[in-house]
Amino acid sequence: MIHTMECAADAQSLISISLMKIHNSRTQRGGIKLHKNLLVSYVLRNARQVYVKEKYAEIYRMQQYEEVMTVCNEIQELNPLDLDAEDAGDEEQARAACCGEEASLCGSACHRGAAQPAAHARTASALYGCSPLEDGGKEPDPSYYRSCCMEASPVPHCDQFPANGSTHCNITTVLDLDTHVVTTVENGYLHQDCCCCDALQCGQGAQSPAKKRKVEFGFCTSDGEEVSDFTSACKRAKREDCTYFHLDYTDTSNISNLISIFGSGFTGLLSRQADLEQICSKQVLASLGAWTRAIVAF
Amino acid sequence: MEEESDTRKINNSFLRDHNYATEADIISTVEFNSSGELLATGDKGGRVVVFQREQESKSQPQRRGEYNVYSTFQSHEPEFDYLKSLEIEEKINKIKWLPQQNAAYFLLSTNDKTVKLWKISERDKRPEGYNLKDDDGRIRDPSTITSLRVPVLQPMDLMVEATSRRVFSNAHTYHINSISVNSDLQTYISTDDLRVNLWNLEITDRSFNIVDIKPANMEELTEVITSAEFHPQQCHTFAYSSSKGSIRLCDMREAALCDKHCKYFEEPEDPSTRSFFSEIISSISDVKFSHNGRYLMTRDYLTVKVWDLQMENKPLETYQVHDYLRGKLCSLYENDCIFDKFECVWNGSDSVIMTGSYNNFFRMFDRNTKRDVTLEASRENSKPRAILKPRKVCVGGKRRKDEISVDSLDFSKKILHTTWHPHENIIAVAATNNLYIFQDKVN
Repeated sequence: MIHTMECAADAQSLISISLMKIHNSRTQRGGIKLHKNLLVSYVLRNARQVYVKEKYAEIYRMQQYEEVMTVCNEIQELNPLDLDAEDAGDEEQARAACCGEEASLCGSACHRGAAQPAAHARTASALYGCSPLEDGGKEPDPSYYRSCCMEASPVPHCDQFPANGSTHCNITTVLDLDTHVVTTVENGYLHQDCCCCDALQCGQGAQSPAKKRKVEFGFCTSDGEEVSDFTSACKRAKREDCTYFHLDYTDTSNISNLISIFGSGFTGLLSRQADLEQICSKQVLASLGAWTRAIVAF
Repeated sequence: MEEESDTRKINNSFLRDHNYATEADIISTVEFNSSGELLATGDKGGRVVVFQREQESKSQPQRRGEYNVYSTFQSHEPEFDYLKSLEIEEKINKIKWLPQQNAAYFLLSTNDKTVKLWKISERDKRPEGYNLKDDDGRIRDPSTITSLRVPVLQPMDLMVEATSRRVFSNAHTYHINSISVNSDLQTYISTDDLRVNLWNLEITDRSFNIVDIKPANMEELTEVITSAEFHPQQCHTFAYSSSKGSIRLCDMREAALCDKHCKYFEEPEDPSTRSFFSEIISSISDVKFSHNGRYLMTRDYLTVKVWDLQMENKPLETYQVHDYLRGKLCSLYENDCIFDKFECVWNGSDSVIMTGSYNNFFRMFDRNTKRDVTLEASRENSKPRAILKPRKVCVGGKRRKDEISVDSLDFSKKILHTTWHPHENIIAVAATNNLYIFQDKVN
């Protein structure tokens, strides 16, 4: 159990600081110091463990929504008129409304929502026309937040796909530092466990939030997805997560370079069917291996 | 213990009076020789400066022997490894003296890759009265020579010269962090991150690898060697410390390769203090045998520990050097201070241990009385013969008048290297580019 409260910097900033240290050590006089880089990699591993744990908790909550939303979507499709109306602008409003809300709100709402699919259908369809302020009251309708989170957030689009059935984000491309082999991995989900990617998307101006889901589907089914494409796709703002990140966004270009360098260490693969914890530990081990590999390579 | 300060500010450059120093002048190691007569310092520029203690004069008994510059020489130069495209720093990592066996002094100095044996000798006579050349060295015209004479040795001004006697190179892939001379006075070990090599002082083209912790697959690397030292009396025993906070004692009689330790010293980690930086602060930066050979002392980032060689599962004593930094580890990580490698040192009788800290503070712990003191090495506080005043760091709450708060500490002023005279209470403390020598008060 790592005490994360000991300093202002959180796991993500520690990860980026550690990456910068490793990067700078390459140009230091006297060659790379093995001892120092080993210690930095331990900090990296610890920070990543904490970060991944937080992410898993969030994903678990998201998955709860997704199941609810599956039902909601199916119900919505029965009412196409409601879906098309009050489209772009309101979606942006709804997205903005979600901004700044803790995911835990959605999480708690999710459980309640799961029991009332029919009610949600109506609420979801009415959602586009509502602004959160109009609802009044201190506690906005939980189903509203849940819905708007899911609607507004394009990033867990991967998680939404299983509902759709036919489209999966199942292709990712990984660059191996040692062998310089580019491999494309299938049957997994692109998972947003890369904090740096998240930083990028928060830092960059988001693409038009009016983009509909159909386009997002299109993105995910495209072949030959490079790591850099992945990061640019992340630019579609997952704004409710912006509150998590306190990174200095001016470092994002350096960080994106480092992502491509340490590609296999950061791009996590997540299978819906597999046990999340198992994958987590494998990824952590694989990523630590990537560090030492990268260090020794120089 | 009260200290009288006899400050020697050594700064080779003309920047003496400025607040900044050239990086080459930063002292990187200090070491008394086995009699305490000589004190050697190495710096980042690859130079070695040796100080010698003045003979105590009867006419001025209050002026106890002070240390003056005896010899200065360039030990290592920057090199370039063309094969790996790496620059090899000339910084002197460690100096170790050989016990004196004749009129000359010998020391080993090392940078990241190469160990050198230097001979420091005096010349106070020179021959005069050559036939073929005159005293200035000019060749005499043979036709002017009418008689022969025998050259005679005449006294001259003392000249101290340093000559390189051996160069031990090409034995280390990684950076050398320590050297240690064996009590047999014939061999020594040099240690890098993954290996310990045994040398004979006479043989430079061969060394024996006695410890190798490099894993077959570098991805599985979890720890490195941070320091190693021979036992002071047993010529077959040495100890090495690791970045994981453990110490291994090895006996060279057991096998040619000492990968299997005969003793393993480690204290289990306290899970309640686990943090992002647990691995860093548990990494041992220095290991020293006591003079009597019964104890080991280790320094990690926040503590000094004394281990009994007979007890492996926990240290005998643990001393907090600057525990107030525990809450600041994150910022110390950001500014790289958490990687500072502090050394620790025993006094001659093994009753007091000393180590450095930040803000030019250094700490002494009396093992018998359990008292400790924090002192500061600074120009303002150290007029000659002034008595050092104990300092205190205020950790919170109301700050008293003479205390300094944790946030006011200057982390760029760190005392990493200290050494203690083998018999007397004289210490030498390196503060960046300045050397401070303190003696016990004389009544």
